[in-house]
Amino acid sequence: MMNQQIAFSTEVKPGNIPNEAPIKMRGEKVSVFYGEKQSLFDVDLDMRVKTVTALIGPSGCGKSTFLRCLNRMNDTIEGARVTGKVLLDGNDIYDRSLDVVLLRARVGMVFQKPNPFPKSIFENVAYGPRIHGLARSKGELADIVESSLRKASLWEEVKSRLNEPGTGLSGGQQQRLCIARAIAVSPEVILMDEPCSALDPIATARIEELIDELRENYTIVIVTHSMQQAARVSQRTAFFHLGTLVETGDTDQIFTNPQDKRTQDYITGRFG
Amino acid sequence: MTAMSEIAPGALSGDASKVDLVIRSLRARHGREKRFRFYGILAIGLAVAMVLLLFGSVLKQGLPAFWQATLSLDINLDPEIINIDPQPVQAAGQSPAEYRQQLTAWQRSLSLVNWNQVIEKAIRAELPADVEITARDVNAIVTSGERFTLRDMILKDPSIIGTNVRLNMLASAHVDNWLKGNIDRNLGDAQQQLSPGARELADDLAERGIITQKFNPGLFLNVDSRSSPASSGLAGAFMGSLYMMLIVILLAVPIGVASAIYLEEFAPTNRLTDIIEVNINNLAAVPSIVFGLLGVAVFINWFHLPLSAPLVGGLVLTLMTLPTIIIATRSTLRAIPPSIRQAALGLGASHTQAIFHHVLPLALPGILTATIIGVAQALGETAPLLLIGMNAFVANIPASPVDPATALPVQIYLWQANENYNFFLSRTNAAIIVLLALMLLLNAIAIFLRQRIQRRW
Repeated sequence: MMNQQIAFSTEVKPGNIPNEAPIKMRGEKVSVFYGEKQSLFDVDLDMRVKTVTALIGPSGCGKSTFLRCLNRMNDTIEGARVTGKVLLDGNDIYDRSLDVVLLRARVGMVFQKPNPFPKSIFENVAYGPRIHGLARSKGELADIVESSLRKASLWEEVKSRLNEPGTGLSGGQQQRLCIARAIAVSPEVILMDEPCSALDPIATARIEELIDELRENYTIVIVTHSMQQAARVSQRTAFFHLGTLVETGDTDQIFTNPQDKRTQDYITGRFG
Repeated sequence: MTAMSEIAPGALSGDASKVDLVIRSLRARHGREKRFRFYGILAIGLAVAMVLLLFGSVLKQGLPAFWQATLSLDINLDPEIINIDPQPVQAAGQSPAEYRQQLTAWQRSLSLVNWNQVIEKAIRAELPADVEITARDVNAIVTSGERFTLRDMILKDPSIIGTNVRLNMLASAHVDNWLKGNIDRNLGDAQQQLSPGARELADDLAERGIITQKFNPGLFLNVDSRSSPASSGLAGAFMGSLYMMLIVILLAVPIGVASAIYLEEFAPTNRLTDIIEVNINNLAAVPSIVFGLLGVAVFINWFHLPLSAPLVGGLVLTLMTLPTIIIATRSTLRAIPPSIRQAALGLGASHTQAIFHHVLPLALPGILTATIIGVAQALGETAPLLLIGMNAFVANIPASPVDPATALPVQIYLWQANENYNFFLSRTNAAIIVLLALMLLLNAIAIFLRQRIQRRW
């Protein structure tokens, strides 16, 4: 069940350009209600293995809401209700039999603002493996921490001060620490909710490089406000507008040859 | 151009009239600011003055009570006066009951010794032979409790009979008043607390350096006393308060913190939890005496727990403290940034793990403060304790939470109403100083712990 990574859908949706990579996650008619108010309308979207999928669109368009459906973070919001299906390897993650803890161990998340725990750098990264029992010994835990920090290209900067508080790092380092923390659980999918919006251009560039490296091993879904960023880091792009998915396609195609007028208006800066 | 000047005359051109307008309004604005600052400083100044006045008056009246008129005497334990048999020893073959009976009889005979005569002899020895004193005056000089000090010394070690011991003995409350000037020396005999002979003797002894003002540890070590006001102390009330604090900490803190965590983090929002929340907020505003009535009705009349017991007091104070702790803990939990919770949940921590691993440690300093505030409030509470009988006169240190006891604030209440007003006025203030010192200590501990916990990150 876990590694059932067959391309379980071969049909091509309108505007969905076929891609060789198998599908990792798929949203089917995903709608989200906050109380009475519906903020996401019947979204169908595929997210493919070893692919960065960028969700773009103006503020309040539902892209973050959709992202939060993918690891059920919407569950934590009072009055939020999700309809439709979200499939991970073909299994509905909203199925009653699925434990949300297991889901979040498989689908990690990096938030908009760096939010390291007010603990040491080591403890920040070690927390996930520890609660999931991923390390059998202290040495193994230390190995996981080191390799996670290396993958997040933070190791060289912090290896001498692993016991210092994570909150003492710079903003960009904190965000990479949060990425390392997410990687430490060995997720299959990493969700990133505007991970660079609180960072300066240099730190942003480093995170973008990192995303590109991480693509080798993970399925990545990233929400971004910056169209340049979407163009730089993603292979697939989905454009949201007013709670609906307007258009998805290969990033090159979306930015050079959008099919929908609204997409064109947005990427040419007419609104947003 | 004309249209422009019609819409905003000079507003954009920066001409003199606009600058004037701004300057005029600036003056008013600065004036308002200055006035506001002045009011603020005035308010703070008033508050500080009030606090200083309160502390000043309490300290001024209370501090003298820590030093009390004390006689330093060489006391000859004359075997002619202390004329008792040697302490019985358990003979071979004697039954324990028989021995105990014998021992009790011996102790009774020791109590019946004329201790006043022993003391009188010691005082007479300090004075020239020509000074005439009466036994009655001597009795009025030394507080009656000191007879039992002598008795207890011999009870502990009968071999000292016949020797000389140097002792500090508390003078009576009236002597203390007389020497401290708590009573007008020009009043007539009828209004004086001491007879003319005793007043003269007190002055004489003070002049000879036999009566001096000495620090009185009895204030902390003795229990309340009616027959010997000079030796009354706070030990009983302190233990009563201590038992109640322990009960409050043991019950109110875990129950309060657990309720707060459940209500804030786990409880669904529905009618029931709304009602509970409103009720908790209302309970915090219920006058404390009502909790006392509740304590009488439930703990004493229904559960038949003993009257005047710190156990009941502690339970009543627990009920009173719970809302305070719950409300403060909840607001602390609410103040923890949601990003920490989300970070933990996003890593796959369960709801409980997110709260216990991340939210609670961050909330701990706040919870600690809430607890200390609640406990300090309970420590100073008097009204509900009066209703459950803790205003009784208790002359023992309570050995357990079910023994009759009183509490520090109740002791203050009892002392300030004592008929021996001029003596107990300063003693009441001394008790207030002790209570305030305890409160400050509690707060200091809270601050210390908070800083230690916070430093860990």
